[in-house]
Amino acid sequence: MLVGSLKEADKSENRVAMTPDSAIQIQKLGHECLIQSGAGLSAGFTDKAYEEAGVTVVKTKDALMKQADIIVKVRPPSDAEAKKLRADQTLISFFYPAQNDELLDTCVKTQASVIAMDMVPRISRAQKMDALSSMANIAGYRAVIEAGNQFGRFFTGQVTAAGKVPPAKVLVIGAGVAGLAAIGTATSLGAIVRAFDVRPEVAEQIESMGAEFLMLDFDDQQDGAATGGYAAPSSPEFREKQLECFREQASDVDIVITTALIPGRDAPKLWLADMVAAMKPGSVIVDLAAERGGNCDLTEADKVVVSENGVRVVGYTDFPSRMAAQSSTLYSTNIRHMLADLTPEKDGVIQHDMEDDVIRGATVAHGGELTFPPPPPKIQAIAAKKPAEPEKVLTPEELKAQEQAEFAQQTKTQVKLLAGSALALLLVGAVAPASFMQHFIVFVLACFVGFQVIWNVSHSLHTPLMAVTNAISGIVVLGALLQIGSDSGWVMWMAAASVLIATINIVGGFMVTRRMLAMFQKS
Amino acid sequence: MSYGIQAAAYIVASVLFILSLGGLSGQESAKRAVWYGIVGMAVAMAATILFGGVGNLWLLGLALVAGAFIGRHLAGKVEMTEMPQLVAALHSFVGLAAVFIGVNAQLELESVQALQANGGALDQLAGFAAKLAQKTPVEIAILEVEVVLGVFIGAVTFTGSVIAFGKLAGMVDGKPSQLPGGHKLNAAAGIASLLLAIGYCNGAGVSYLVYIALIAGFIGWHLIRGIGGADMPVVVSMLNSYSGWAAAAIGFTLGNDLLIVVGALVGSSGAILSYIMCKAMNRQFISVILGGFGGTTGPAMEVEGEQVAIDADGVATALRDADSVIIIPGYGMAVAQAQQAVSEMTQRLRASGKEVRFAIHPVAGRLPGHMNVLLAEAKVPYDIVLEMDEINDDFPETDVAIVIGSNDTVNPAAQEDPNSPIAGMPVLECWKAKQVFVSKRGQGTGYSGIENPLFYKENTRMFYGDAKDSLNKLLALI
Repeated sequence: MLVGSLKEADKSENRVAMTPDSAIQIQKLGHECLIQSGAGLSAGFTDKAYEEAGVTVVKTKDALMKQADIIVKVRPPSDAEAKKLRADQTLISFFYPAQNDELLDTCVKTQASVIAMDMVPRISRAQKMDALSSMANIAGYRAVIEAGNQFGRFFTGQVTAAGKVPPAKVLVIGAGVAGLAAIGTATSLGAIVRAFDVRPEVAEQIESMGAEFLMLDFDDQQDGAATGGYAAPSSPEFREKQLECFREQASDVDIVITTALIPGRDAPKLWLADMVAAMKPGSVIVDLAAERGGNCDLTEADKVVVSENGVRVVGYTDFPSRMAAQSSTLYSTNIRHMLADLTPEKDGVIQHDMEDDVIRGATVAHGGELTFPPPPPKIQAIAAKKPAEPEKVLTPEELKAQEQAEFAQQTKTQVKLLAGSALALLLVGAVAPASFMQHFIVFVLACFVGFQVIWNVSHSLHTPLMAVTNAISGIVVLGALLQIGSDSGWVMWMAAASVLIATINIVGGFMVTRRMLAMFQKS
Repeated sequence: MSYGIQAAAYIVASVLFILSLGGLSGQESAKRAVWYGIVGMAVAMAATILFGGVGNLWLLGLALVAGAFIGRHLAGKVEMTEMPQLVAALHSFVGLAAVFIGVNAQLELESVQALQANGGALDQLAGFAAKLAQKTPVEIAILEVEVVLGVFIGAVTFTGSVIAFGKLAGMVDGKPSQLPGGHKLNAAAGIASLLLAIGYCNGAGVSYLVYIALIAGFIGWHLIRGIGGADMPVVVSMLNSYSGWAAAAIGFTLGNDLLIVVGALVGSSGAILSYIMCKAMNRQFISVILGGFGGTTGPAMEVEGEQVAIDADGVATALRDADSVIIIPGYGMAVAQAQQAVSEMTQRLRASGKEVRFAIHPVAGRLPGHMNVLLAEAKVPYDIVLEMDEINDDFPETDVAIVIGSNDTVNPAAQEDPNSPIAGMPVLECWKAKQVFVSKRGQGTGYSGIENPLFYKENTRMFYGDAKDSLNKLLALI
């Protein structure tokens, strides 16, 4: 089928949904690729590069929309674009169906299928197409770079001949994908990083990225185990504590990066005007939640605001687009994985499998029907944790008692075994003649010796052990030796055959054991 | 005097054999131990030939030379991956020899008794026949019981080993299969041979003994046919044990203490090995012998997730970044003959300063200790090859675990799913390593047919393809 990538209508959008690299991979799935002329230019991909990757460059948007069976893009389609969709077409892009009711209606009416990249369920299997995460990762990185750009000092502390430079202190609020990416970037630039999140369970992830987790301290634990001693984030008490913690930090930190978002609501206000006022002049706040109203009181979307005391508040909403080459590469890979899941046979034919959790979840319109919101996925994102059984720690006394009990048990079984076998031996002895008993003693002792000796054989030598025992079990040759002198022809020939095969056994067994053992080498 | 010297020689030989087995406790002492065994065997045979009253020396010499030549040839050319077959084949020889000797004993007995009845010259008899002539009726009765035991065990060992050989060599289908009637058939055959044995002990003669041998042969054949390929370590060590008991029974028949001692040593050795193998699979000996895995008690746990494939580049990158690597070889490595490639990879990784170790599950392969021998053949130093118990605790600190052709021995279901057929079997906890690569031919299940949740874990990547080819691709990149 024809997969076509549109040039973004929004002038401020630099990203593109298909790169020459991803086009090559998409062609491997049996599709053909189209691209609108100039679509990749702002991301650094020329039409020529696309042509070299086997992509057909189409002059106009209309021509492309007419030809393509699958249209891929970054931003939600404009009204005009949406109206041009046909029933046999599939659109793959960010869509934000919850916020774009009217656009969704328009698309449903065209009967086209719409796959919203922002609706891909967050389960392990779908990580490869989770565009929100890959974009958030870029936003987190870019937020630190942007802050560095606005910030007048080094991130890393240095002692130079021209004086000492203190390290920058960075506070990251919200440890989602963007927050963690920001932490990683800031630490690798050499800053001292602290991070806060309402979920105490992410503390481990924060620390693994090299930041310090700011833990809120509650005197009276309200509900104990369920939230790990943490109050519910919605409670007034929690908010109070949280703001108190931020206020303490405000005068200390140089850079604040806020990434706090609540699904389906305006961003919570966490960095209030008085905190901005408490910060040192020259400090920077980067608000990644600017699109949804911002976490900081002073944030204005798409602008850098300078407060009265000289704190810069960055409210850009297009961080991924500012790194168009990188974000296009990642986004186009997400799209490519989505196409791969849609083309399971790799034959260039789309199978829109509505039974598949991931495809079902991301599809918001299909065959003229509204398919949003999707039913809950069959597989839970994170398996419900089974409560781990607390391991019983034994006191030394208990251990000792246990050992003694085990010892006593061992003694008991041993005594029982000995008594049993002694009785059995006695019974045999009562009926068997003396000559038999003599041999029998030898037999029992040999078994006993065998048991004692074999337990010490090392595991790795079990194969040589088998070969050796095999060789020495060729000792039956003695029996044949004694019989071979018989006058009876039958006996003589059978004995000779026995000698032959037993000798094969002896020689073969010993030789192969030697061969094996010679191979064992110490390093 | 000759009897005294012979007995003394036998004592020397017994001690040497015990030392020979005892020496296998370590790799270095084992090399000396084999010589003890060889000398012991030489002493025993020389003493018997010189002082035991052996006749027909030309035939004997011919058989000895021919046997030695064939044995040497076999041992020299066998591949280490074929070791299980060879061991099984050699077991069958012991079994067959025991049958022959048992039948011979009966034939000799009959001829001696005929001679006695005719009042012939008893003092003219040599060797075994001379001994028989001195026996009292009670001793003769016991002798007959011993002969039956020797023949029965020998015949079971013979046919069982032949089938085990066929299965291991791939000549017989490795899947368990039985005739209709299953174990009832075995039981019936067992009862039939018991009845025949009673008849024989009451003087029915050599024909009954032959029938017993035939029926026992059927039991061995049918029993081992019903056991699947993965249980072969137990089967082979069990047959090893049987061959020992058969030798011991023959020793009783002939009144030869050395045979009894060696038979008992071999018998108990095989029994202990079987026990160790069964314990390693957390299964009862009986259930292994009766074939098939134990019944499940409920539905198996659902496996969630997806098997994610990876190519050689990805594995090579991960290996380059890793500090510690544990390799878990299994039967798949033996099948693909990949041990040389594994060894080569180990050398290169160790040369670049990484810690590389091997984790061996007790039942990996088709023979106890099979993996150790293969790795030793490929010149992997034995001090980095560790047993399950030694290494299982180290997985959490390991960067990369590579599973090569193992499946059931690394199946986390044994610990996580109480309904799994292998629940409770000790396994190598490789999934605790930071990353796991599984080299495997395809997406199928292992011998036991159980889905392996390891393959679906988030830190597991599947490296599909023939183990040898995959590793060679990898070698080019390291």
